[in-house]
Order: sequence, then structure tokens, then C-alpha cells
Amino acid sequence: MDAFTTHTGTAVPLRRSNVDTDQIIPAVWLKQVSRTGFERGLFAAWREDPTFVLNDPAYQGASILVSGPDFGTGSSREHAVWALQQYGFRVVVAARFGDIFRNNSTKMGLLPVVLPGEKVEALQAAVEADPSLQVTVDLVGREVRWADEAVGFEIDDYTRWRLMEGLDDIGLTLRHADEVAAYENGRQPWLPTTV
Amino acid sequence: MGRTLAEKVWEQHVVRRADGEPDLLYIDLHLIHEVTSPQAFDGLRLAGRKVRRPDLTIATEDHNVPTVLGPIADPVSKTQVETLRKNAAEFGIRLHPMGDAGQGVVHIIGPQFGLTQPGMTIVCGDSHTSTHGAFGGIAFGIGTSEVEHVLATQTLPAYRPKTMAIEVSGELPVGVTAKDLILAIIAKIGTGGGQGYIVEYRGEAIRKLSMEGRMTVCNMSIEAGARAGMIAPDETTFAYLQGRAHAPSGELWDQAVAYWKTLRTDDDAVFDKVVEIDASTLTPYVTWGTNPGQGLPLDAAVPEPESFSDPIERSAAERALEYMGLTAGTPLREIEVDTVFVGSCTNGRIEDLRSAAEILRGRKVRTRTLIVPGSMLVKLQAEQEGLHEVFKAAGAEWREAGCSMCLGMNPDTLQPGERSASTSNRNFEGRQGKGGRTHLVSPQVAAATAVTGRLTAPADL
Repeated sequence: MDAFTTHTGTAVPLRRSNVDTDQIIPAVWLKQVSRTGFERGLFAAWREDPTFVLNDPAYQGASILVSGPDFGTGSSREHAVWALQQYGFRVVVAARFGDIFRNNSTKMGLLPVVLPGEKVEALQAAVEADPSLQVTVDLVGREVRWADEAVGFEIDDYTRWRLMEGLDDIGLTLRHADEVAAYENGRQPWLPTTV
Repeated sequence: MGRTLAEKVWEQHVVRRADGEPDLLYIDLHLIHEVTSPQAFDGLRLAGRKVRRPDLTIATEDHNVPTVLGPIADPVSKTQVETLRKNAAEFGIRLHPMGDAGQGVVHIIGPQFGLTQPGMTIVCGDSHTSTHGAFGGIAFGIGTSEVEHVLATQTLPAYRPKTMAIEVSGELPVGVTAKDLILAIIAKIGTGGGQGYIVEYRGEAIRKLSMEGRMTVCNMSIEAGARAGMIAPDETTFAYLQGRAHAPSGELWDQAVAYWKTLRTDDDAVFDKVVEIDASTLTPYVTWGTNPGQGLPLDAAVPEPESFSDPIERSAAERALEYMGLTAGTPLREIEVDTVFVGSCTNGRIEDLRSAAEILRGRKVRTRTLIVPGSMLVKLQAEQEGLHEVFKAAGAEWREAGCSMCLGMNPDTLQPGERSASTSNRNFEGRQGKGGRTHLVSPQVAAATAVTGRLTAPADL
């Protein structure tokens, strides 16, 4: 995945809660066997509405999505992350995220940023007032900055390090192959196999 | 201090623990289906990696498959299923393809083969993997990157979630099911209530549930935001497992049971959070909105958005009523549906079909009614019990096994504006087909609704 240190761009406010992954990418789009082309399915049903915020020319080119709480609930489909990234998003800001979506995002280098609800609202309002507002998401300093606001966010050191280095999890785990093999030797004898 | 069930199972699976890193967790069983795996296998090929433990991996075809006999008509769905077949053959993974006697919804087949056992770690590229926690293991959904990680290493790096106890006291009244219970729990704690937690369901009402009912409860843990839900194993669990194809036998069975009996939360263990609910006060539940937390007793009316004090919930309710085409104040029992769906990993097991058949016996359905067994083995058993004749005599459609109308990936969908009473797990916008409107219900309420054409409890008939 691409490394993420700091990112500055414009943002788009999505004033909805419980944006489940079925909305982010409807199931019909999951039939593809490739990893590309999912941007066309991003919010496919909602984008049919000309008044939907992503259709507003003022927000074209935005790379930071600022959503209501419980973003990415529901299905485990990583396609939701791929669709957001391929559309051009690098960051999603919300007060709460679905656990699986958040996990999938950090595997792919899409940064999920948790801010307190009132700060999310403040950012949405600021972007609505000025869609060209430059927003900086600083993973190194664990801070989101816009205008004269600077709001810290939490992320564990390990995930932050992996994102900043753009590291492949599998490669990291394979360094511990000996420990995995040792564990396997001690597994309980009744555990099932599929063969 | 004592440990919770979740902590015991987690600790048993830690391969490596280091300061400042997530635990490296061993995975005992990896379930695969056609939707979330193709890009993972591609990743393995690109990196020249193998599947570390094909013998701990099993695949099935479920999301895309049509539930009427015949080939897959949609060329894109067909390609996805064929891709799974190719990958399973190339990497040496057991696959149950369409038409195979072992085929079925991924979360139905694990338990039915006895592959799902107490104390195990189980993952799948599907959020309803939480189902398997009903046997007292830690089971959770993962994305495709993690599917690839498990294929390559049979492990996952993960931080242990916090622990939550949901204490369900009392007994469920007659006519109130595991589905009503979990819908009530989600309505109480909300779709984000379980985020960051493994939930352990406890208490008298849980102990009295069958394994099928426990699976229904654990299945929808993710709808409350919890990645995993679990229930301590007991005699009900052991009785369900004994004699199944992959369950241990002989001396190993005795050893296993001795260990499984230790898999309970110690009396002095402390949960990070405790939620209490009294089962004896519950009645049949239905959802009225577009997330599973928007549920109410069937006796209630469509809520007024103004009744929500939280502005975010209020605007979500307004939007949901608009999407659902509902007017605040309408009694839920007056809502008419076009379609009834009984099936899915939530309610597609034999007990679910029996309870729907009991209500449909000698009656006629007034709506399009799809009865979809969760697996070919469930189908076979239902037919041996004559349930299919009951469904057909009532005018319902008796189908082949698959995910069917739970999600709009196969031919079973709602048309725009159509409304269903569905035993599945998600009432999201467009979940059952673009523009479709979903009310989540128990199999009993689904069957009674099919008879009247309106949301109905069996007791109303």
C-alpha cells in the first residue's frame, strides 16, 4: 500500500449517519473479480440523485470525506475501501466507524480518523461555508487542521507506523513463520481439519 | 482475577505477543466464499505465496447462486463462481460447489459439518461470521486483505477487543424467538453499541435457546456493531456436535468435552461493559427503518421522527421513513408487504423452517413467499420431514440453498418500491434490491405475514 504521512486537500461533508457499506458500494458491484473500477459503484444509488453532495460541482476533487457517525457499518466488503480510494479519497473523518471497515481501511492505506462528534460537525460546517477550504490530516502529528482549528486524533502506534511506512502486513507476519510453526505443534489434538 | 470466556479463547490462540504490537492470533478455521476471495488469491499469486493450511480452509458458493435449478445466467456472477473453483483447485482447498450435497450458506455449513467447535478462532470474509460464536469460540468477519493474510499465514494480527456482557434474564414468552431477542438488543444498544467489543450473551434466556437460536443471536452481533458475539458452550452445544462429521470421537471427544467445560467466564471476571435485558417482557419485534437498530415491538406504530431527542437519530428517522414510504403513527400491523423471505445465515436452519411450516400448515399465503433452506443438507432434512409439501401446499416457493434475497447479488431481489418481511439480517437501503424496502422479522412473523399480507404475529391468526 502507499505510505501515508500527511495529506492536505479539500473535503466533502456527508451529513448522514449509519452510512453502511451497502450504500458505499452496493452488492451488485461486488461481482467483479478484479481490484479496480469500483469508483463507478461508489454510493451508486445515492449518486443517481442530482442533489447528492458528491454531485455538487463545488466538492469535485475532494479527497477527504467527512461523515456522520457509524460510517462503514455492516458488511465486511473491502470493496467499500477500494471504491472510496479509487474515487479519490485518502481520508474518512467520522465520530464512529464500523470495526471491520476501519480495519480494512488501515490495511489499504485509507486513513479513518475519529474526531469527536462536535468537531466533525464543525468541520462539515466549515467545508460547507467554503468548499475550497484546505484541510490537513497529519498522521505524524495525529492532528486534523483547518482554518485556525487543530484537533488531535488517536491512532495506535503500530497502525500509524505501518501506514507511515506503507508496510505489507503479510510480509511482517512471515518474519515470524517459526513462531507460527511452533504454535501449530502445540495445537489441541481434537481440533478439526477440513479434509 | 478471573477471566472472561473471550479472554480465555483469545489467550489460547496468541502465537506471538510483543510490546507495541497487536497480538498475532492463530486461526483454527477459515471459511471462504466467492465474493471476498478472488482478489486475495490474486494477491497470493502475485507474491508467489501458497495457502499455508488448506486443511483448515473450506469454501462454498453461496452469495451469487440462483435458488432455482439451472446454471447461473448472469455472466459476471458466473465468472466469480468459476474463479472460486479455479482458485480452490489451484490452492488445494475443499470446495462445495452449486449442486453438491454439502453446498450452502457459508455460516450454515461450518456448524452442520461439526467444523465449528467451542474454543476455536474462526474467520471468513463475511461479517456474519459472528454466527459461529454460538459454540463458544471467537468468530469474526474480515476484509479481503485479511483473507489473503490468513490464507498465507493462518494468523491475523489483532488487538483484543474489549468485553461486553449482555445478560438476558428471565424466559422468552411463548411465540417470542431468538430473532425477536436480538432485534430488541440491537434496538436497545444501537448499531454502534457493540463497536470495539466482543459480546458474550449470558443468562437464563440464552441458556434455554437451542443451538439454532443461539446462532441467530450471535449472527446479528455485527448489526449491533460488535465484530464477534459468543455464548459459553454447555450440554446443548455438546449434544448438537456429537456425531457430526468433523466433531471429535472416542477418547478425543472426552478430552475435548473436558476442555470445552472450562470455557466459561469465571465468576470473578469483570467485563468492560454490562447490558441487561429482561426476556420475559419481550414480544415479537420488527424493524421499521433502514438500519437494524430501528426496530420496535410489532404492537407499536411507526415512530414520529420528533420523538427522537438526538438530532442525528431524528434526521436518520426522517430519511428512513421517506425511503421506506411510511407515515409516522401508522400501526406496524397495518403495513402491507409484497414479498416474504424465509432464509439466510440468520434464519435458514432447520428449526427456522419447522417454525415457519407450523404456521403455514393448512393455510394459504397471500404474498410472494420464498422459503430458502440455508444449505442442501437443511433442504434434504426439511424434505425428509415433509416441510416442503407444507410450503408448496400453502403456495410458497420452495427453493435451492443459497444467500438468496438476503442481499441483491443473485436473481432473488425486490423491485424498486417493493416491500418485504424478511428473516435476514439487514434492512439497509437497497439491500434486497435497488429501491426495495425491508422489514426484518422472525420466521414465525414472516410466515404469519405471508398469510395475511400485512405484518402479523402468529398469535394474530
